Amino acid sequence: MANDDIWILGIHMTKFGKHPDLDVVDLAAEAAMGALDDGGVGIKDMGVLAAGCLMMASAGIGQQLQKQIGQTGIPVYNVANACATGATALRTVIMAVRAGECDMGLAVGVEKLSGAGLLSGGSRKSDDDTWTRHGRYGAVAPVDGRIGTETMPGVFAQIGMEYGHKYGGTSFELFARISEKNHSHSTLNPLASYSKAMSLEQIMGDMMIAYPNTRPMCSANCDGAAAAVIVSDAKLRTLDPDQRRRAVKVSASVLTSDPWEESCQVLPDVNTLTRNAAKLAYEQAGVGPEDLDLVELHDCFATAELVHYDNLMLCPVGGAVDFFESGATWRDGSKPVNVSGGLESKGHPIAATGIANVWEVAHHLRGEAGDRQIEGATVGLAHVIGLGSACGIHILEKAAG
Amino acid sequence: MMAEKGLVGGLRARPIRATSSTWITTGNVGYGQGHGSANETSDERGGDQLSDQITLVDYLELGDDPHLVANECRACGARFFDRRNACASCGKTEFKRVRIAGDGEVRAFTIVSFAAPGVPVPFVAALVDCDGTSVRANLINVEADPDHVSLGMKVRLATYSLGEDSNGTEAIGFGFEPQEAHDNGK
Ligand SMILES: [Zn+2]
Repeated sequence: MANDDIWILGIHMTKFGKHPDLDVVDLAAEAAMGALDDGGVGIKDMGVLAAGCLMMASAGIGQQLQKQIGQTGIPVYNVANACATGATALRTVIMAVRAGECDMGLAVGVEKLSGAGLLSGGSRKSDDDTWTRHGRYGAVAPVDGRIGTETMPGVFAQIGMEYGHKYGGTSFELFARISEKNHSHSTLNPLASYSKAMSLEQIMGDMMIAYPNTRPMCSANCDGAAAAVIVSDAKLRTLDPDQRRRAVKVSASVLTSDPWEESCQVLPDVNTLTRNAAKLAYEQAGVGPEDLDLVELHDCFATAELVHYDNLMLCPVGGAVDFFESGATWRDGSKPVNVSGGLESKGHPIAATGIANVWEVAHHLRGEAGDRQIEGATVGLAHVIGLGSACGIHILEKAAG
Repeated sequence: MMAEKGLVGGLRARPIRATSSTWITTGNVGYGQGHGSANETSDERGGDQLSDQITLVDYLELGDDPHLVANECRACGARFFDRRNACASCGKTEFKRVRIAGDGEVRAFTIVSFAAPGVPVPFVAALVDCDGTSVRANLINVEADPDHVSLGMKVRLATYSLGEDSNGTEAIGFGFEPQEAHDNGK
């Protein structure tokens, strides 16, 4: 009998990296058609489309995509939720299918960022000719660089340092070793932007961006897209055995925003909303962190990966440093984290990221991850954070039998 | 014009010219005589335009003892440096202005070496715990390197000049400096 389970029927990601000959819609189309093909369905089977491209948030990327792959008149949701945009698109389709509005839908995330420079955030207009108050702080001049930093590497550096202050044990070298792990993992991922191993010396000796994050410890700007086809349980039961066998169950789909915390006005709190999302996700899925065979988490910076070990409850509270030091998060450890290479080497085409991490986990659950397959993987978790803030978590399970 | 004057390092105990009649030091000494007008920066936007100093942000108050102020929710005590339509913690709408402690402890920092064009680097950005209220600021009057900045470091509020505009009005910013004096070649 059909239940309200939700499944990924098809999923695809493009190569992440430089695609000078493809425009944003080309990339989105490649991912979308790839996902449809992977699921053995067509655009006319889709009842809803959710699409995101953060750099073109008002451009109607969903409808632009339809012009290239099929204008079927279905509802389109163009979504924007910072770095959680892809996860938000995916969850939008999941909600529509779960609500019974349709039995299949398509989620797409795409971004073209190569050559965009570092994802620094912050901006400094030149000072006005006269000091005049502007904005909610009544600032007479731009404050980035004068009252702390608005740059992403700097914000996330402080997030890692704050964890170190609270629990101890962090150092420049520790954070660099997290990056060393992810760059090492990336050597097995042919779709990664950068797939070269980097030594600790290379990482620590590279250009400092915001201490303790050097350049290879920051997420890599690149082009890329990812897409997924979502199907209801009832519909899946009508499909071919091979489609059913490769379907991956979405055991949890959670989106949270940042609840008020004392210091969140001065340093974004990426911890509380991730912990809240993780709790909800484990509840929905009926699994615990101990059940996870692999985790793709939002290592937008090496300093961020550390705090999310704790936020996702992969380790005891305050125990992230010991957890990493134990080797658990390497691909041959007890809790492999970012075997794709993570955002630091696979790359971070913003809106694609929240579907690409689901693709990675799904690939392992299907046993199709090739050289980097985590053997026997049956449960995995994909996590993204968008500053502002939004957190998306999806827990995926291998199809039974 | 209006170039930043020594945002990082080098200013300690060196008085910088504020106006024709007063001197500011960047330590906790605050202001010299004759600057009553700067006290009125707090509630009225633009009310300080006639004085010859203006604070970088509304929530910095000058006078004899420069300090930060916050809008504190009367219902739950949550504090905000900016104007809020309602409290982000509890949704109530009544606030009072409260003074923030000038002494604090560095709870997190980063040394920014790569920033938007126009932002002088390197500089130290920090989260400072001021007696339970978290403040974002640069650490100033300290070398911007990991040997001179540490987690848990005790710091205190300090002000500095951003320079004068075309009307001769000087903008005053703030940062935090180490409580324990470093030698810094002095
Ligand atoms: Zn309140």
